[in-house]
Amino acid sequence: MILVTVGSQASFDRLIRAVDEWAQLRLRSDVFAQTARTNYVPKHIKFTDFVDPSDFKTLVERSKLVVAHAGMGSIISALEMGKPIVVMPRRARFRETRNDHQVAAAKHFGKIGRIIVAQNEQELTEKLDHAVTLGETDRIETQASPELLATIRSFLDGSSDPPGARGYRAG
Amino acid sequence: MTAMNGRNNEGRKKVLAVASSGGHWTQLLRVTPAFTSDEIVFVTVLESYRGQVPENKVHIVSDANRWNKFALIVLAIRIGWIVARERPNVVVSTGAAPGYFALLFGRLFRARTIWIDSITNIEHLSMSGSLAGKYADLWLTQWPHLATPKGPRYGGSVL
Repeated sequence: MILVTVGSQASFDRLIRAVDEWAQLRLRSDVFAQTARTNYVPKHIKFTDFVDPSDFKTLVERSKLVVAHAGMGSIISALEMGKPIVVMPRRARFRETRNDHQVAAAKHFGKIGRIIVAQNEQELTEKLDHAVTLGETDRIETQASPELLATIRSFLDGSSDPPGARGYRAG
Repeated sequence: MTAMNGRNNEGRKKVLAVASSGGHWTQLLRVTPAFTSDEIVFVTVLESYRGQVPENKVHIVSDANRWNKFALIVLAIRIGWIVARERPNVVVSTGAAPGYFALLFGRLFRARTIWIDSITNIEHLSMSGSLAGKYADLWLTQWPHLATPKGPRYGGSVL
């Protein structure tokens, strides 16, 4: 199964339409999308507005590929389960989000390599053709980096006095 | 029943962990291992998240953003009430508006406060993250290039 998700906050019609048209073109009947309150009604792929977080986890687990907006919830879920992921960032100029933070995030994560980035619908079609041939990768840890956990712990222990950490007071 | 000093019966610290939905919540869950010996009480915005932390107490609030002032005020009052009742020793948030207010009231009630700006903010801090710096004892960005001598500081990332 190919799992498509746009997160819980807002619709992302450009992504859903592009995947729907790609599925029609490639005769894929195994695409399932979580669309939020979509204005575009998919014609070929199965879809639902929202998925409960625990069900969502099961869906990611069962999928072969995740296609998503460039939101961290979606990206981290795919990485934690070792699934290849294709993302297309939401854009402020299409009123898909308030600012272009997803464009910057997508650009950066695309450079790291684990995440396939499509900047627009045409690129998405091309990248999907490639991504469906990919297998699973290593799962990332389900917790923050050791460095961040150590930063927080040493702050709580009061054993460090880093710049930017101001005004220690007795807990 | 929580004692006035915020310690619970076992003498563990109480941590109020606050995040809105999506990536904020996902990132918050990834930092909770830093608080393994503490009691964690969550504040978030979706009922459906309860199932992901079945052992923990969870407060659900209605999210708000800077475009809806009335909702922001309601949220601020709600968060203030939760902080006053829970009296946490530590307040930690990954964003956004609920976390900002939690740090503000956390500071007021003498909790130690931690802001971890979302990893998605690569070019500049989030608005809530910039504002929360004023109330954060530990003010973190997840990007080294956004760290400045006056804060925020870089101390690792959720990935």
